[in-house]
Amino acid sequence: MDMWLKVIYDMSANMILPTTAAFAIAAIGLNVHFGFTGLLNMGQAGFMLIGAYGFAVSTIMGFPFWAATLVTIGAGVLFALLLGIPTLKLRGDYLAIVTIAAAEIVRMVGRASVLNSVTGGSNGLPGETYRNTFSALSPFPDGQTTILWFTFDNTGVNGWFIRIVAWSLVVIFAILVWLLMRSPWGRVIKGIREDEDAVRSLGKNVFAFKMQSLIIGGVLGAIGGMFYVLPTSVQPDALGRNMTFLIWTAMLLGGAATIWGPVLGSILFFALRIFIQGTVDIIVPDAILNTQQTEQFSWIMVGVALMLLVIFRPQGILGDKKELNFNV
Amino acid sequence: MSNATQKTATEARAELKSVPHTPGAPKPDAILVVDNIVRDFGGNRAVDVDHVEVQRGVITALIGPNGAGKTTFFNLITGFDQPSSAKKVFGGPSADKAAKWSFNGKLLGNTSAASVAKSGMVRTFQLTKALSRLTVMQNMLLGAKDQRGESFLAAFVKPLWAAQEKANIEKAEDLLKRFKLYEKKDDLAGSLSGGQKKLLEMARALMSDPVMIMLDEPMAGVNPALTQSLLGHIQSLRDEGTTVLFVEHDMHMVRHISDWVVVMAEGRVVAEGPADTVMSDQAVIDAYLGAHHDTDLGDDSLLEEGAMDAPKKEKK
Repeated sequence: MDMWLKVIYDMSANMILPTTAAFAIAAIGLNVHFGFTGLLNMGQAGFMLIGAYGFAVSTIMGFPFWAATLVTIGAGVLFALLLGIPTLKLRGDYLAIVTIAAAEIVRMVGRASVLNSVTGGSNGLPGETYRNTFSALSPFPDGQTTILWFTFDNTGVNGWFIRIVAWSLVVIFAILVWLLMRSPWGRVIKGIREDEDAVRSLGKNVFAFKMQSLIIGGVLGAIGGMFYVLPTSVQPDALGRNMTFLIWTAMLLGGAATIWGPVLGSILFFALRIFIQGTVDIIVPDAILNTQQTEQFSWIMVGVALMLLVIFRPQGILGDKKELNFNV
Repeated sequence: MSNATQKTATEARAELKSVPHTPGAPKPDAILVVDNIVRDFGGNRAVDVDHVEVQRGVITALIGPNGAGKTTFFNLITGFDQPSSAKKVFGGPSADKAAKWSFNGKLLGNTSAASVAKSGMVRTFQLTKALSRLTVMQNMLLGAKDQRGESFLAAFVKPLWAAQEKANIEKAEDLLKRFKLYEKKDDLAGSLSGGQKKLLEMARALMSDPVMIMLDEPMAGVNPALTQSLLGHIQSLRDEGTTVLFVEHDMHMVRHISDWVVVMAEGRVVAEGPADTVMSDQAVIDAYLGAHHDTDLGDDSLLEEGAMDAPKKEKK
């Protein structure tokens, strides 16, 4: 029985992790790209990584917190512009190819040994070198607090402060996206998803709208990346292609083109993976699958889940069947 | 429909009486003037128009056999395609041979499709482009011009655009009623029939109060009863002062409502004139009408026998 309790505890703890929130923020950004605008961005992890580097490197260079945050946002904007100017005039598939390549370029450049003094090369940047400006903002006193069955430091590396900030941002960004999508701006964006030429024939500058969308989603990705590395460390390989596909899975699970879909998807994604891992660990004897293997097994199941989702429920959990979003 | 505009519509038609029936004839009050527009697809010259003018305030039909370059011509002047004869920085045709076209006194070469539409020339497509996963109402609202809520920052603050949105919704409801789509306003556009999508597309184009509306085969797939009321809509548009240019294969419709007919064949303008005279023009008969030029092709019995298709097939 204890083992099951532990699985349930792990699931719930994973749901509220700051990295889950960071993941949700990036998924909201991807949803602006894919769900609402129909842009096939296969390099959301690249936006996250560039945001993470932007924050970490500028903080290490001595920037105060808010300036470093601006660098993060600026990095996201710049990366979106760089990607968008040559590709947004082309058909959707090309953007997918370019974004996946660009994300890889960011990762490869980040781990290049020539840049060891700046990015730490393939070792990355340890969290304590850039985390303090953020922790210093905490209004909470030292010590630990227990809410429900969770006990964490108030401020600490992985404490309540970053959880509260990150999840508040998730809510704020979801509301901002909702505000955008109910407006005429959102209507044009969704029109572009359906048929660019039709929108063009109605006198809208499609390129400018797509660029705005790419920038917003990209900035959300960059901020997601910043919060992803705040409680951990900057590891270029942790924000590689895998990360992009996990974000896609989370977004599709919750429901693309919905406001809360990416958030729900991110939470469920982590909880379900822990559930699969924990259950398999308990049920299957070690002789067949040991603990390390069950983790790999759970990731395999994530891949299977993505396939099943796309085939049988392309609109995700919250999505509207009629507005299902899979004929790009 | 004030008296003033109605008068200009009738006047505009009267002015056409003095226009010679030759390809590229100058019009007394041309809204669209096109020069030297050429489009090559590989070795195939799809459009090769030296000069053509469209009179303001009338209904002009563009007809021609399949593959005559009508839709390509549409795409070129609305900015969806670039002419091969466009002016280039290096090389390209000399200045007097370069493609040049002006709409409402404004030069349009090298203009994006969006700015062409903004300048008041709005088109529809042969294969309808209804935005399937938006509702009929959202489709309509997309057509409205100069929306404040379409700028990124203003989008967050509803009071900035709410009033304009309300006015647009009322306008859209009026148009939907006119096109018999009002009951469908909250349905997804993808659920409409082919003919209804045509209607929606036309209504959507009208949301922007275009100076000139370009309809690419507006009647294809629309049932006969609806065709009658659509013809009425198009005529009342003209009477309200909108210039109409349309591509159509339905000769009955062409004869019925067009004030002027431009005939294209193999990319060139081969004849121009009022519907009744142009259809007896030898070049047109050669190109298009074949043996059936003298009969009313709108006659349903002829249509059922496939008489319309016969000359086209011969041509191919």
